Amino acid sequence: MGELVLSKLDKVYRSKRTSVHAVKSFDLTVKPGEIVALLGSSGCGKTSTLRMIAGFEEVTSGSISLDGRVIHTLSPSQRGVAMAFEAYSLYPPLTIGENIAFALKAARLPAAQQQILVKNIAEMLEIAGILNRYPSSVSGGQQQRASLGRALVRKASLYLLDEPMGQLEPQLRAVLRGRIKHFLRENNCTTILVTHDQTEANALADRIAVMEGGVLQQYATPAELKARPANLFTGAFIGEPPMNIFDAKITAAAREIRFDIEGGVSLAYPVSDFSPDVQRLIAGRREVALGIRPHAFHIGNGALRGKVISCQWLGDQTHVAVDIGGRTVVSVSHARVDKQPGNEIGLSALAADLHIFDAETGRAVAHGGSPA
Amino acid sequence: MDHTSTFERILRGILLALVVLFFMFPIFWILLMSFQTNESILRMPPSVFFTPTFDNYIALVTGEMRTAAGSLQLNFMQNLWNSVLLSTTSVAVALVLGVPAAYAFARFKFRLGEDIAFTLLSFRFAPPLLVLLPLSLYFKSLGLTNTYIGLIWVYQLICLPLILWIVRGYFEDLSPDIEHAHRIAGYSWFQTFRKIAVPLALPGIAAAGLLAFIFSWNNFVFALVLASADKQPVTVGALAFVTASGIQYGQIAAAIVMSVIPTFVLAMFAQRYLVEGLSLGAVKG
Repeated sequence: MGELVLSKLDKVYRSKRTSVHAVKSFDLTVKPGEIVALLGSSGCGKTSTLRMIAGFEEVTSGSISLDGRVIHTLSPSQRGVAMAFEAYSLYPPLTIGENIAFALKAARLPAAQQQILVKNIAEMLEIAGILNRYPSSVSGGQQQRASLGRALVRKASLYLLDEPMGQLEPQLRAVLRGRIKHFLRENNCTTILVTHDQTEANALADRIAVMEGGVLQQYATPAELKARPANLFTGAFIGEPPMNIFDAKITAAAREIRFDIEGGVSLAYPVSDFSPDVQRLIAGRREVALGIRPHAFHIGNGALRGKVISCQWLGDQTHVAVDIGGRTVVSVSHARVDKQPGNEIGLSALAADLHIFDAETGRAVAHGGSPA
Repeated sequence: MDHTSTFERILRGILLALVVLFFMFPIFWILLMSFQTNESILRMPPSVFFTPTFDNYIALVTGEMRTAAGSLQLNFMQNLWNSVLLSTTSVAVALVLGVPAAYAFARFKFRLGEDIAFTLLSFRFAPPLLVLLPLSLYFKSLGLTNTYIGLIWVYQLICLPLILWIVRGYFEDLSPDIEHAHRIAGYSWFQTFRKIAVPLALPGIAAAGLLAFIFSWNNFVFALVLASADKQPVTVGALAFVTASGIQYGQIAAAIVMSVIPTFVLAMFAQRYLVEGLSLGAVKG
């Protein structure tokens, strides 16, 4: 229910020999009741950020406030924050049920009420049957759900979930994702979720903060991240399979705009496919990075011609890898494509599906026909 | 499923029995000696057959030793009590000081932290004789010579580094996130230390405490120099059995048996915690 504001947050880990700048001048605002995912590869600073919010790591500089209250100087117990740990961190001598009731006991809730709360959360997470067992005697997935339950069972201003579903089997993950999202919505819980799984971030989060090298790359809704990546990193990071990125030379003539891609192939579009703003943005440039998502390709007789390297039908889509001018380009079709390695094919993409990035800074210039 | 043959099992049994016999024989022999008179101990060839006598134990408990040259006063029961008092108090003090210190060294990085920890360990490098002479001079001027407090203080040289380093390793092996989970649930730093960290490190604390107890119990040279007869432990008190009229082997044996008992009982008691702690397992999740 709280509003979380991180401003100019920095974290530097210093040891005798080295220092690592894990989080760099990180700004983030999470609105009350909003679910935000911190998404990034391992070592991108997302867990450090989470631990600073929880109070397990000191803030090197910057500030954290929750509901207008500066919390980064408080001890973890005073912050009003609940957390589910990636490594579960259940207390071994207590049963699963006692572990979940941990914080309720600290809050001195009546025993009967504790029991009801624990039972409800356990039913939602499908661990009601193991409440009397000890952590060491249940599976990793069950321990993870217990850890999640321990965080969700209590009232807190902010919920921090560190890779909350990493150990669950796919079917259960899909079911629980829905239930947890519903639960967080219903209770208007402000939540920060750390994950490296895009599907999970997309499914649960209202907004996603993409991090890399300790720097916030983009903070936007899942749809916006996919349609309008702010830079090359987000463009390449979001989406599965990843976006194809070409170094291209632009030639803007009176009627058409042509992208010459290394290897002697080119894509040409009528000028009218691009808005006047984009035309102006492109006009001054010679070189750009051109991004095209695998799903955006049309497989057939397009201008990007090359030899098929592999062609796999996955049951609902075909992944075709094509060698174009010496580099591998991946395309996805929802139809079945029957091609053998070595066959010649051509790919094409609409101007509306092009992502144009600055060749040097990597910053987005235009998405489809409109400016970034 | 047992795939070993009967032959193998018998062979294993015999070998195990031989090993046990080899290691336990001195203790077994001492036990036998404690029930014999000096004459029957010293006869040649030695024999396991003799008429048992409780004279040695009676002499120790009553404090009166009868030798060929006459009767001698013994201080053994007082020595035994001193040993118990010195060792338990020293270990208790070392636990109270050492366990929180070990936790601090394991969990917090602070200036000179490693240097302080190493300095404490270095107390174990120096041979006791090296520090005894200056120590005895200091003790004299401080009025600590021949006091329990003085001895307990010196015994910290033995106990504290041991407890600090063993328990620190145990704390380092515990996942800090278990404590974090407890703290974020609304408990204070001290509550978390008391309710989570200490119980989980209990096997380590028990092992370290037991070792420290054994080392203090067996210490000889500190008490020999810094205390006189009424404050000395059994290790020093045993010197009394070397009399003008000969060495009282029977009573030495009985004294050994009696002085082993407290350590033995403590080890049995601590073992429960050691095993319990290990069977908790998978603390790291």
